[in-house]
Amino acid sequence: MSRRLPTAGPQGARPHAIPRNGSDLCVLTTRLADDALILGQRLSEWCSNAPFLEEELALANTALDCLGRARFLYARAGMLEGKGRDEDDFAFARGPEAFANLLICELPRGDFAFTLVRQFLFDSFDVLYLRALADSTDDALAGIAAKALKEADYHLRRSQSWMLRFGQGTEESHRRAQLAISALAPYTGEMFEMDVLEARLLTDGIAPDRAALKTPWQIRLSETLSEAHLSWPESCGNISGGRAGRHTRHLEALLDEMQAVTREMPGLSW
Amino acid sequence: MSPALSHEEIFAGRIAADERIEPKDWMPEGYRRNLIRQISQHAHSEVIGMQPEGAWITRAPSLKRKTVLLAKVQDEGGHGLYLYSAAETLGTSREEMIQALQSGRAKYASIFNYPCMSWGDVGAIGWLVDGAAIVNQISLQQTSYGPYARAMVRICKEESFHQRQGYDIMLNLCRGSGEQIAMAQDALDRWWWPSLMMFGPHDAESAHSSRSMAWKIKRQSNDELRQKFVDQTVPQAEFLGLRIPDPKLQWNEERGHYDFGEIDWEEFARVVAGDGPCNAERIDHHVRAHEDGAWVRKAMLAYEERHR
Ligand SMILES: [Fe+2]
Ligand SMILES: [Fe+2]
Repeated sequence: MSRRLPTAGPQGARPHAIPRNGSDLCVLTTRLADDALILGQRLSEWCSNAPFLEEELALANTALDCLGRARFLYARAGMLEGKGRDEDDFAFARGPEAFANLLICELPRGDFAFTLVRQFLFDSFDVLYLRALADSTDDALAGIAAKALKEADYHLRRSQSWMLRFGQGTEESHRRAQLAISALAPYTGEMFEMDVLEARLLTDGIAPDRAALKTPWQIRLSETLSEAHLSWPESCGNISGGRAGRHTRHLEALLDEMQAVTREMPGLSW
Repeated sequence: MSPALSHEEIFAGRIAADERIEPKDWMPEGYRRNLIRQISQHAHSEVIGMQPEGAWITRAPSLKRKTVLLAKVQDEGGHGLYLYSAAETLGTSREEMIQALQSGRAKYASIFNYPCMSWGDVGAIGWLVDGAAIVNQISLQQTSYGPYARAMVRICKEESFHQRQGYDIMLNLCRGSGEQIAMAQDALDRWWWPSLMMFGPHDAESAHSSRSMAWKIKRQSNDELRQKFVDQTVPQAEFLGLRIPDPKLQWNEERGHYDFGEIDWEEFARVVAGDGPCNAERIDHHVRAHEDGAWVRKAMLAYEERHR
């Protein structure tokens, strides 16, 4: 049984110098933190709802990795911003319009197939992205990426093996996975979208080129799908807007729940 | 030359010598059944116990608390796994045990039939419920059945972190605003008595106690363990500045222990019999998750079959 302790919080993060393009970097760091937090929150919803106990623990591990990553990134974003905001200010004191996560992270957990297909689509991107980010000229971000990469590799091995089990398991698992793929496909394009801000950071060697990751991602995707006897929809459109704070209604509901206690009793320490 | 000893005599001799009984050893049928009942009940408690706190992971008021709580609840799932495995060494299966739980034949700790209504309750559960569980489980490290004893050793290592996280939540509330202090007191008011009930009926009334003690499955009596819990918890409440909801609670110099009031045994019986505030909800939740997961388990088996 694999069980890991929660990753150390941002207390463990070393202070790094703040680079010239600090405000761009702060935005990117917050985006990545939001991705991790919102996905981690969705995964944590599985607690006591998983199909069996071993999977219960594995989902919790993945959620813990996401939360740990979010905490490191928020701490770094707060430092870059220099206004004294801590991780909880980012997580609990912002509304949906201020969150910049990818939409794919906020979609409700759905059934087990939906959660694991989402995880596979994200993990297979995440591994590529983190590998590139680990070479960032920003040491702090590179360090967080290198650590997260080890975890993401493991997440991907797991979610990929579930793709095979779904696809080659039973008729029902195949059908459910196929439905999840069709529902999620339109949200995958956003992972590869560059905007001017990330383009500037790319020029400075800080941010990876998301667009360049699409081909390697597609290769892995089609290999896995064909091994699993699953298919990608012929045409699937592209739904995005998370980076600009344009979210599905699901994020609002997620935040209503996540922030329930702190909104009811604001300004307190917990 | 003395005649060969019977199985029963060898077994009794090993129990008397405080030796561990292992899965391959001969054991009386009653011993085996008693253990399956107790270990599976313990496993179910770990798993059902994930629900009340688990429902607060998504609402935990800071990222640190969220992380720690998720890790804690994950631990409980791990405890469930160790214990199901320990019970399986006695010739039952996880599926059988789950059926017994869902049909009401097997019990789990009644404490989890109380609702977890506030963030203060999350603190109180870690502090009191895990605190009581530790007292019980430390004692069970000396239980006579090897796999159960070893599971307890592993589990106890993790439990102290559970209690600390709960106590830390309480401490934070008690050093906070008036509202937060009230939240902590309210949680203690509701969880104190159910926590004392966790140790079960008085020794004289305990259905399984005397046989379990004779077999050294249980090493200390319900009342002894309850006293130990009260003695260690009262100073902790004092440190928090909270009031324990028992007018009879008082230090007894002569005994060197705290005296405390009588448990409401009618409430205890009601909750054990299935009539607590959340009995139906807890089992329904377990059944729903298990049924929702049926297709996943089938798919996994089919896949393994194919790739054997
Ligand atoms: Fe436990
Ligand atoms: Fe515990």
